[in-house]
Amino acid sequence: MNLLGKLTLDAVPLHEPIIVGTVASVGAVILAVLAWVTVKGYVPYLWREWLTSVDHKRIGVMYLVLALLMLVRGFADGIMMRSQQAIAAGAAQGYLPPEHFDQIFSAHGVIMIFFVAMPLVIGLMNFAVPLQLGVRDVAFPTMNSISFWLTASGVLLTNLSLAVGEFAKTGWFAYPPLSELQFSPGVGVDYYLWSLQISGIGTLLSGVNFVTTILKVRAPGMSYMRMPVFCWTALASNLLIVAAFPVLTALFAMLLLDRYLGFHFFTVDAGGNAMMYVNLFWIWGHPEVYILVLPAFGVFSEVAATFSGKSLFGYRSMVLATMAICVLSYTVWLHHFFTMGASASVNAFFGITSMIIGVPTGVKVFNWLFTMYGGRVRFTVPVLWLIGFMVSFVFGGLTGVLLALPPVDWQVHNTVFLVAHFHHVIIPGVLFGCMAGYNYWFPKAFGFKLDERWGKAVFWCWFIGFHLAFMPLYVTGLMGMPRRLQHYDVLSWQPWLLVAEAGALIILTGIICQVVQIVVSIRRREQLRDTTGDPWNGRTLEWATASPPPAWNFAVLPRADKLDAFWAKKQRVLAKEDLPARPHKYEPIEVPKNSPTGFVTAFFAVITGFALIWHIWWMAGVGMLGAIVTLLAFMFRVEDEVEISAEQVSQFDRVHPVEVSL
Amino acid sequence: MNIAVEMDDVREGELLNVSEAGPAPKRIIAGFGFWIFLLSDIVMFSALFAGYAVLAKATAGGPTAAQLFDLRNVAMETAFLLLSSYSCGLMSLAINSRRVLGVFVGAVVTFLLGAAFLNLEIREFQGMIAVGAAPQRSAFLSAFFTLVGCHGLHVAVGLAWLVLMMVQLSFRGFQGVVVRRLHCFSLFWHALDIIWVLIFTIVYLMGVLP
Repeated sequence: MNLLGKLTLDAVPLHEPIIVGTVASVGAVILAVLAWVTVKGYVPYLWREWLTSVDHKRIGVMYLVLALLMLVRGFADGIMMRSQQAIAAGAAQGYLPPEHFDQIFSAHGVIMIFFVAMPLVIGLMNFAVPLQLGVRDVAFPTMNSISFWLTASGVLLTNLSLAVGEFAKTGWFAYPPLSELQFSPGVGVDYYLWSLQISGIGTLLSGVNFVTTILKVRAPGMSYMRMPVFCWTALASNLLIVAAFPVLTALFAMLLLDRYLGFHFFTVDAGGNAMMYVNLFWIWGHPEVYILVLPAFGVFSEVAATFSGKSLFGYRSMVLATMAICVLSYTVWLHHFFTMGASASVNAFFGITSMIIGVPTGVKVFNWLFTMYGGRVRFTVPVLWLIGFMVSFVFGGLTGVLLALPPVDWQVHNTVFLVAHFHHVIIPGVLFGCMAGYNYWFPKAFGFKLDERWGKAVFWCWFIGFHLAFMPLYVTGLMGMPRRLQHYDVLSWQPWLLVAEAGALIILTGIICQVVQIVVSIRRREQLRDTTGDPWNGRTLEWATASPPPAWNFAVLPRADKLDAFWAKKQRVLAKEDLPARPHKYEPIEVPKNSPTGFVTAFFAVITGFALIWHIWWMAGVGMLGAIVTLLAFMFRVEDEVEISAEQVSQFDRVHPVEVSL
Repeated sequence: MNIAVEMDDVREGELLNVSEAGPAPKRIIAGFGFWIFLLSDIVMFSALFAGYAVLAKATAGGPTAAQLFDLRNVAMETAFLLLSSYSCGLMSLAINSRRVLGVFVGAVVTFLLGAAFLNLEIREFQGMIAVGAAPQRSAFLSAFFTLVGCHGLHVAVGLAWLVLMMVQLSFRGFQGVVVRRLHCFSLFWHALDIIWVLIFTIVYLMGVLP
């Protein structure tokens, strides 16, 4: 028996200079950071305050750090594809061999969806939802930490595939029969499956956690119709997680059984049915689109109301539209494969539902417009993202309505027209929304604002770069260019793809500006300091506490007797009907105790995943045993909470006066 | 059932207007969260059911459901599992009235019935594999073993959980956290019954229909 399963030295792709260079430089950076952290003596601090933290704000920040790092990786994949397609026309072969190009487009999709977009929205929800609800933490704080670390495990495994072995060459959805052992005998698909299984468990637990938090853990007086819209969209998104992610888990389990134990769910022989994979994948996949975009809509709603100095136009219709999308998102999955060969009436049904789901989204766009109309709009960075979003998202949505027509879909199916469409909704929808949220809540998280000038530069680079990069793909798509081409012979496509490459370079500039923005903001933090806790003249409860908030968020849970509870309170204070008063008497507060459970479980999850990918059965056993023992140790832990004394709480409040500013 | 009994400790204010009360008490949060988790588990089973429904006739020339299923065995499995739910219910009553002995007796009976169910299921699987009806034989058998096996795996996890809870109970007594976990366990156990009733109907009864 081989102690290392399928793993041999050949797994390290030493013959590929691009990969070796990347791995070496990334490895060097990681080692340098680790060395710096150790030499400076930050390890105990990081362990105590971050790695083992169960504080929703810290976990939210860690999600965002993870997502922004992965954005760089996913973008690197993207610009590599753009560069390859810009040059590999006719006689030129470009610089990427086909088997490497295939891994790149698969990794790009997986990373952008699962490890950029998901952590971005889950991170923002983690940070903002409990604060907006006026409470001290999520329903299950330790589980929250486990969720984060399992997501990080998936990230680690996916990125490990770059250095050890290979990644899937199947596209980001790994359709069988191509993803079956018969046609993909390597470890690429196994990396894909195990990374997503592990991070998927984390996501599911997040969903359970947030549904419970939003439905059961709210400040006194915070009835459903007084919740900020972001909380509503978070609720819808997490309901979708709870109802959709288990399908993905079951689906990947089936494919794993096919690959590992010779089952026949999706094989070409013995009665397997590959189209069942496609159906089940999109029963998860279409709700997933809304899992991502609904929280972004929530951010835009908060931004529109705050920076227009008005309450949100049509709050009730916004809530209704959100929940309508939540339900309708389950009725459209088949529009991802109209060409499957279903009857005309089936295709017509899904074509019509796909158009209907555009209606509540349209309602939302009008609500944002009417919120801004007649308001005193402050053109801050989040508002730029909002406007950029509205302008481009409407067009992206319209190309979606085009694609919802089955006859049109048959024409442009599998072309880059489709690629242009979904980037046209996901980038302005999800990414712009998360960028707005990042700029909006940054001062709450760190106590100082982000630099506006660099923030605007980031926006303009992304906005212009995005359009340059993707509008040409509509044209080449209509000219018949299939997606995922490593090389092509139609020279008339090349000028368009060169324009797209220029767009990608402008986006690259935007990403560089973003790094500069952080560096500049940290250097200028004293000028950008937010001492009031309410830098934007906000409306919701997260602005009613200090920036950054203490571990306990609120010394006394605030009361919400209205929508926009904090705004209402400020109005009363101005009218001298209420005092910006501190509590007369402070009481001790119990906060959840830090726990290494999440970190240690994830450590063992990585070991298990890696062992399963390479068929190292003993190591898989060790990993699973370790994870189980860790969870048992948590189960038998006696002390769950630590007490913050009343003295400490009042001391914090004295040092951080929260003023009502207008 | 548990909820009704525990109503005594709910303050009246919470019943009148939930949104005025602020965050719910811990036991409600734990129970509610576990319900949501169970719903997600049921969604996972629904995907496996869908897979089974699609592949049920895809026998690839191999044995069919009607040839393989032994309804007598399945009836006994069903009886064991439903009875174990009953004893689990009795255990919950004992928990609510804080009778340690009752809880242990209920747990032992539940465990034995669950183990008997699992034993029958494993023997059924072994028998099928012995006659060449292994999951690798056809898509139908792949789907069958996955769906029914996944339920069996849940039962096995439930049994291990039950043992753990008895250990916790004997060390820590009726502490809040122990009672909350026992409550979640009973929710889990009853949910497995719901899944089994569907398996019994859709897989076995419909499988032997002429």
